[in-house]
Amino acid sequence: MVAAAVLLGVVALALAWPIPVALARASWPARSPATALALWQGIALGGALSMIGSLLVFGAAPGGSITGAAADLLPAFAAGPVPDGYGVVHLAALTLAVGLAVHLALNLLSTAVRAERARRRQHRLVDLLAQPTVDPAGPRVLSHPVPVAYCVPGIRTATVITEGLVELLDAEELDAVVAHERAHLDQFHHLVLLAFRAWHGALPWFPIANRAERAVALLTELLADDAARRATGAEPLRRALVLVGSAGEPGAYADAGGVNPDAAMLEQRLERLEPGRHPLSTGARTASWIATGVIVATPVVVLAAMAF
Amino acid sequence: MAGLGDLERSVMEQLWTSDGALTANEVREHLADPADPSRTPATTTVLTVLSRLERKGFVTRAREARPHRYRALLSRAEHTAELMHEVLSSSSDRDAALARFVGTVSDGEARTLHRLLDELVRR
Repeated sequence: MVAAAVLLGVVALALAWPIPVALARASWPARSPATALALWQGIALGGALSMIGSLLVFGAAPGGSITGAAADLLPAFAAGPVPDGYGVVHLAALTLAVGLAVHLALNLLSTAVRAERARRRQHRLVDLLAQPTVDPAGPRVLSHPVPVAYCVPGIRTATVITEGLVELLDAEELDAVVAHERAHLDQFHHLVLLAFRAWHGALPWFPIANRAERAVALLTELLADDAARRATGAEPLRRALVLVGSAGEPGAYADAGGVNPDAAMLEQRLERLEPGRHPLSTGARTASWIATGVIVATPVVVLAAMAF
Repeated sequence: MAGLGDLERSVMEQLWTSDGALTANEVREHLADPADPSRTPATTTVLTVLSRLERKGFVTRAREARPHRYRALLSRAEHTAELMHEVLSSSSDRDAALARFVGTVSDGEARTLHRLLDELVRR
């Protein structure tokens, strides 16, 4: 069991530092954002499972399996001496494993509750203040001079644009911006961002969490740009981005806190809209998907093998 | 239920455009459609909508006299400004958004803004 714990520990360390650092520096994610987004999610999920799993398997080693250790320790938890074979290191590892799991889960929950509250408030205000356009599924127009487009995700969704934006952009550019917002909603980008924001919130001292949140925010913008480009072509989207800038589009997640599109991201997005850019080769994409699978499967398989 | 959202918007519209506080019955009269009287909502419906709006914090009710009189808590522009403030505060470069807006104002608007900002600073 100790060998399994060491294996998971090595995986956890690799996913905590060298792999995400390399991915954050790499240039290929911009060429195939969907593949890269899946890999980032695999790194976060696999990293958390490996870290918790490594501590759990190490702490449970004297019991022969995770359920064996639970059978040894749970009765002793209420009353009685610590069973033979369990040292302070084992108990500390188990406590850390449980504590980390609870901490991550609670952070995800509180981030989700806060986001839901903000969403409800946004919906209430948008319902009253923004005029629906002729098309009920189309964007709603808010009477405000600052050019802004954003979306309110959830079971009920809304795309909102301001009068300032309508004045600034022509019809084609407006279509591109609305298609971009719709893509955020249709592809549930807010859920991915929520998970990474919670991860960052749970481990604020963890340097990778910040980089990961930023990389993921950029990738969701690129995916939304791709959808807009399919709808209107690259040129109107490029013009709209130049006119509105990153400030007028707070991303898939319009509330305070977290990482949102900024000027540096805008530069990368504009570069990508130049002609002559090709997505990653099928082979490279397949390799990335396989890596994503391996990263998530390793801790799951090891934990399943150590369970009984 | 789509109708209720529309009705909330029309009721707020009446409260925002009227000078003083209105009773539910007055709101209903403003909403009356002369071409099609069957589409005018019942006073009880208007009351339901008004208490929903009160719960949501858009409307206040004067309870001194019966029937109760309702008025909008904030103007439409104030609510919109509040909403935009929230949305823009999530933007990483909020100053850029404001700069873009300032770039679009005319000379007359610029003078008005200048005066308003001066008053704000002096307060």
